[in-house]
Amino acid sequence: MATKVQPLTNSPNAATLSNEEILRYSRHLIMPEVGMDGQLKLKNAKVLLIGTGGLGAPLGLYLAAAGVGRLGLVDFDVVDFTNLQRQVTFGSSDVGKSKTEAARARLSNLNPDIEIESYETKLTSENALELFKDFDIIVDGTDNFPTRYLVNDACILLGKPNVYGSIFRFEGQATVFGMPDGPCYRCLYPEPPPPGLVPSCAEGGVLGVLPGIVGSIQAMETIKLILGRGENLIGRLLLFDALAMRFRELKLRKNPDCPVCGNHRTITKLIDYYEFCGVRGEEAPGPNVQVPEITPRELKSRLDHGDDLFILDVREPHEYQICNLKGHLIPLGELPRRVHELDSSREIIAHCRSGKRSAEAVDFLRKAGFLKILNLKGGILAWSDEVDPSVPKY
Amino acid sequence: MAVKVIIPTPLRAYAGKRDSAEFKAATVGEALGHLTTQFSELRKHLFTDDGKLRSFVNVYVNDEDIRYLAKENTPTKDGDTISIIPSIAGGCR
Repeated sequence: MATKVQPLTNSPNAATLSNEEILRYSRHLIMPEVGMDGQLKLKNAKVLLIGTGGLGAPLGLYLAAAGVGRLGLVDFDVVDFTNLQRQVTFGSSDVGKSKTEAARARLSNLNPDIEIESYETKLTSENALELFKDFDIIVDGTDNFPTRYLVNDACILLGKPNVYGSIFRFEGQATVFGMPDGPCYRCLYPEPPPPGLVPSCAEGGVLGVLPGIVGSIQAMETIKLILGRGENLIGRLLLFDALAMRFRELKLRKNPDCPVCGNHRTITKLIDYYEFCGVRGEEAPGPNVQVPEITPRELKSRLDHGDDLFILDVREPHEYQICNLKGHLIPLGELPRRVHELDSSREIIAHCRSGKRSAEAVDFLRKAGFLKILNLKGGILAWSDEVDPSVPKY
Repeated sequence: MAVKVIIPTPLRAYAGKRDSAEFKAATVGEALGHLTTQFSELRKHLFTDDGKLRSFVNVYVNDEDIRYLAKENTPTKDGDTISIIPSIAGGCR
């Protein structure tokens, strides 16, 4: 059911390639599938990358290398040390810098002939339509559900293709949404999962090279759309299992009842996507689980005093191996069926890495009748910062 | 009528870390029923309290979405593969 598409750009506005460009792209030009016509289409194409992280890295690099004439980069984040495991546009010297600026420097060095525009801003319902309208193709390399729905809806409203890729640990998905007879993201997933059900990379981890593969697939699809060549992933969900090294494909159908791209559209403008996704936490400020807390310094002081405290660690076994406070390990997911290991007459201090999972544990245990229980605020990360810097952070 | 159910990564923790399971089943509903009986923690991730498949979880028989077939009544035969595809958003931070 693969669809051949017409190229997106009309007769090129840049009419020629310089001698230098001809030499740079010679490996493209000698292929009949690209040729001078194709390279000019690339030169005249305008592609907006939402996110310059794990997926954005190979995207930016390969689209710049291919000679896409105008690349927009949207990201409000700064380069973090933990990004270097997978975000290969950046180097150690970029830690702390704005991602869009660091990416722009790298991509300009790779290809000084293209225009690179950086938008160091959060993508919102207020700015998305304005940002997208001057680009031909939008590539979704984001990492959260509200933005994915926002990108999808904005693309449908503007009639722009949305080259989608997503990853989790060692699995990836890729497809092309937003083509006239093709499905959109909401056709596949009308509703987002409740927050906290699907962990982020920081919580679930990811094989660094995985976004490299999926992002490269997105770059390939983008280039094919521009050239009008090959068969695209329209109506096809490509699934990649890196551990099994297996690709599978599922059919994606356009949902005739889709509220944003179907026959009876009820969504005709951008909505509040954080509300739609019920997100709390760092994206949309709102209350986390409220439980009684103890700070690392207070805990240290009480332990030094000789207080009889039971330390409950709700992380995973492999995290315990990295560092621990010698607590009793019951991973959060196992707590309901291992609660008998806990003595409600003792005072329990629950901790995890950053304090979120342990807050849930404390909430659960309090509802189960454990009244003498406190959450270690900030988790073992805060313990390392405030009490014992020899404890590694991860 | 042994069908293979592929368990996606985000749900493997609730299925004893398994990436697939095989059941004798004549329909998708039967297969998912066996799955959530064997791995009871999976139930709340796949189904709402009133037994409906959650909307952010898609189920395919081979390469077809069951929403466009007969939903949970979609018949299955020997060798069919049922895939559970939850939404993932990582891109990633």
